[in-house]
Amino acid sequence: MSDQKLTISTSPFLKDAATTPGIMWKVVFSLLPVVIASSYYFGVGALVTTAVAIISCVLTEWFFSPRSAYSISDGSGVITGILLAMTLPPGFPLWMTFIGGIVAIGMGKTIWGGLGQNIFNPALLGRAFLQAAFPTAITTWNLPDGAFLDVQASQLAMPFMQSQADVVSSATPLAVMKFDKVETNTWDLLTGNIGGSLGETCGILLILAMVYLISVKIIKWQIPVSILLTVGILSLVFYLLDANNYPSPQFMILSGGLLIGAVYMATDLVTSPITPSGLWIYGIGIGILVVLIRLWGGLPEGVMYAILLMNAATPLINRYTAVRTYGYKK
Amino acid sequence: MSAAANTISPQLTFQHGIHPEEFKELSNLKPIERMAFVPEYRLPLSQHIGAPSLPVVKVGENVKRGQKIADPGGYVSVALHSPVDGTIKDIGIYTHPNGRELPAIIITTDAYSSQEFVGMESVDPYSLSKSEFIQKIQDSGLVGLGGAAFPAHVKFNIQEDKKCKYLMINGCECEPFLTADDRLMIEFGEELIEGIKILNHFIGAEKVYIAVEVNKPKAIMNLRNLASDNIEVVCLKVKYPQGAEKMMTSAILGKEIPAGGLPLDLGVLVSNVGTLVALAQYFRNGIPLIERVVTVTGTTMNRPSNVMVPVGTPMESLVKWCGGFTSDTTRILLGGPMMGMVQKRLDVPVVKGTSGILALSSEQVKELNEYSCIRCGRCLDACPIYLNPSHLGLLAKKGLWEEMEENHVMDCFECGSCSFVCPSAIPLVQSFRVAKGFIKQAKKRDV
Ligand code: SF4
Ligand code: SF4
Repeated sequence: MSDQKLTISTSPFLKDAATTPGIMWKVVFSLLPVVIASSYYFGVGALVTTAVAIISCVLTEWFFSPRSAYSISDGSGVITGILLAMTLPPGFPLWMTFIGGIVAIGMGKTIWGGLGQNIFNPALLGRAFLQAAFPTAITTWNLPDGAFLDVQASQLAMPFMQSQADVVSSATPLAVMKFDKVETNTWDLLTGNIGGSLGETCGILLILAMVYLISVKIIKWQIPVSILLTVGILSLVFYLLDANNYPSPQFMILSGGLLIGAVYMATDLVTSPITPSGLWIYGIGIGILVVLIRLWGGLPEGVMYAILLMNAATPLINRYTAVRTYGYKK
Repeated sequence: MSAAANTISPQLTFQHGIHPEEFKELSNLKPIERMAFVPEYRLPLSQHIGAPSLPVVKVGENVKRGQKIADPGGYVSVALHSPVDGTIKDIGIYTHPNGRELPAIIITTDAYSSQEFVGMESVDPYSLSKSEFIQKIQDSGLVGLGGAAFPAHVKFNIQEDKKCKYLMINGCECEPFLTADDRLMIEFGEELIEGIKILNHFIGAEKVYIAVEVNKPKAIMNLRNLASDNIEVVCLKVKYPQGAEKMMTSAILGKEIPAGGLPLDLGVLVSNVGTLVALAQYFRNGIPLIERVVTVTGTTMNRPSNVMVPVGTPMESLVKWCGGFTSDTTRILLGGPMMGMVQKRLDVPVVKGTSGILALSSEQVKELNEYSCIRCGRCLDACPIYLNPSHLGLLAKKGLWEEMEENHVMDCFECGSCSFVCPSAIPLVQSFRVAKGFIKQAKKRDV
């Protein structure tokens, strides 16, 4: 009995079943319907873009930390890849997607020290870089050509060459609203029958994904709820003041990247606050910024910048909303 | 209380906390059994917090079961008694269950004795003055049996300027696996109530709460039938660490014990079920603290049981009494799995503070890859005293002890909830223990 090998360590000796890779892979799982929907609307090219983004992210992860094998198996790089792809327009050149993945992981994650250390959401950082580097390509919303199996010619453009393909540019609902003051109807927004980035068009799926992620306690409900409430209430106020010039709340919530941002980007555990009241401040902050940028900024879309700005404020929010310890006066 | 006697609600609780698997079903239906006497007992002189006891016997001397073999070594110290009729074999240095080499008395059991308890007469506690009562408690060797083994008389000796308004009896037993207190409340309910009444005669609390988690319905029913006057059985939700003094106080009174303070600052005195049963036994039958109930269990223990064990029994013999453990056992623990300690060797004795012996396999105690903190916030939601273990963990990795102290790491009572929930398997509480050690050392140096 006493010669048996007994291991030494300190308590606790029981452990909850949840693990970090488990959490990450559940997020990946929840993204699958969104990816499938994007290929339904935009053809197989959407899947190719997603695959390239994932490969680029995982390769970059491996390149910078080849020895820690489990930084790849933890699934966080795959999430970044999918999310990056979902923010890109259909027909976006693959080589640019690849660079976006490198920047997302390299600048968004590894230079900060890897998983858990970064300030900004890596996928959004990658997307912000692409927006700055390739402003035309990223706002070119090629219309799907209808055939599922056709890969759009612009996707296969050689690096640093202008695509020679005919570009049939279509406008996103937000651009139409911003520049022409025409609102897309709610049903189309919900079902994804609209132009836009790969993953942002189908509102229903994103709402279902949100419910799933909240119910398995992976994302904190306070963040999407506070963002959506803030955007909804603020835009309702303006809509009631002047319905001709301002979009309706349901349009504001369902159009553009707000849902995917509120469900997947803003809720990134690493880059959002950890304190209970911090979650609300952060979510409300994003909501206000989104409305400000969309209604008065030069751009039709503001979700990406709103989230990145509040990412930057997160360490500060955490510090100022620290919780009172038991037995202390505030 | 009679109208509500059949319900186990309302259920009170505290904020945060965790829900580990309970594993109580392994042993909670097993009545307390008595273990047969073994040939030899080893009684360390330090089985309590405070100064070691001082031997009053010589090698070769014959002793009776219950006879005093060591005097208290000071005010914060208690007497020690022989668990058997036997002969003092040695007084020397032996391995303590805590792993250190410390003085102990070895007693060889008299093989021909009936081991019937003849001991002292019972004492009428109500005829004693308060100081006589305190003296008696110290002489009976009584310590807190919940695990800390703090001398009971010191705790019960409330200073004149403090008033105890509420006496809380801890029957939560919130650690997974342990069932000794549950069985005591079922089988020794009368003794428990008697112990409470004796104690409260001297401390005069207005209200006595017996706090029991609702996963012990039999204990709740039994005590509700026995409780009278100002004694109330309160049902608490099943949540860890419900049995911690701070959490129990919050759950029952809705008030927080001030940081760095004692429950007594709120007029609360907390004692454990086992301690009060032992107290009643002493005044009723004159039996000092020479035995205690130990839960011997675990997923790889062959015959999980609740055993009344003489103090000083070698753990090896006790484990053998319970059928031993299977070969895939990777860890033996003393106490519960959340706050207990790993036991490397079993040739050490059961002492007054031994509440459980657990055998676990790698099935329960997994070796996990540690990942970086993903700031998921689960540890914040778990910490019952609202610390930020995520932040403390990052500071600990950098060895920033001072910052940790500013972030109240010294208030951490090492319940382990943060480490339990952390999906990245970061050894949070483990590193907080280290930090607290460093901070205490630094304080000592500064003084
Ligand atoms: S920080 Fe301390 S008190 Fe809080 S959960 Fe961890 S071990 Fe328990
Ligand atoms: S539970 Fe672990 S991973 Fe989550 S915030 Fe706390 S320390 Fe970080």
